Amino acid sequence: MIGEKEYAALVKQASPKTNEAKTLFAAFCVGGVICMIGQAFSDVYAEFVPLDEKSISALVGMTMIFLGALLTGLGVYDKIGYYAGAGSIVPITGFANSIVSPAMEFHSEGIIFGMMARMFGVAGPIIVSGVCSSVAVGVIYYIAGAVA
Amino acid sequence: MFLEILSRYGRVFLCGGIVCLIGQLLINKTKMTSARILVTFLLTGVVLEAVGVFEYIEEFALAGVTIPIIGFGKSLAAGAIEGARLGLFEACTYGMRSVAGGLTAAIVFGFVFALLFRSKSKTA
Repeated sequence: MIGEKEYAALVKQASPKTNEAKTLFAAFCVGGVICMIGQAFSDVYAEFVPLDEKSISALVGMTMIFLGALLTGLGVYDKIGYYAGAGSIVPITGFANSIVSPAMEFHSEGIIFGMMARMFGVAGPIIVSGVCSSVAVGVIYYIAGAVA
Repeated sequence: MFLEILSRYGRVFLCGGIVCLIGQLLINKTKMTSARILVTFLLTGVVLEAVGVFEYIEEFALAGVTIPIIGFGKSLAAGAIEGARLGLFEACTYGMRSVAGGLTAAIVFGFVFALLFRSKSKTA
């Protein structure tokens, strides 16, 4: 029999050492590069696409979502994510990844209850919190505007 | 011209990197799941826009702060604020309207690519 402390020490010894500085550096670099790609699309669209500023920024978001979904489908995004951690989660491409990844995984459980239902495991909380908070902001601004 | 582009993209890289670094710090220190981190960052974007700070950050950081999910929250709040000037109905619906493109893309591309591609772990 080994004691609790010895067991904890053994676990610590056996578990892979994640170099914290390394993960931070990888997240910083990958996140920065993804944002630079987004900026490049934004600059190119602003030059060549005849839409207003807001539509351009929406289009950039859609492009990044397309790329995130495509790279997830090809299995590339998860490889990047293995090294990049939050660098691949926090950008909008990570939002696309969080939708495609479970949808692919649960494909075998059927289209409706597998794919369509499981797509929103991570995206659901994001959409719910986002929409509810935006309604709250809108109502507060409306009341503030009505009072003033 | 070249220096201008360099400084623009340098700022984007720096700010986008810092946002993701904060996310990674949260993962390392608090063991937060990715869903929780995304919700936290999204709400940060909503609050920053609601108090009117976001545009000043965006002016400097450009895509460095709009490409992270913070920018999604910003769009939601910006739409709601714009709608609030028109009426109560618009105040409730314009947030969703301003992210309609992104959400449509996420759902359609998500569904289509999941149909086209199979999970690697299943086929192996």
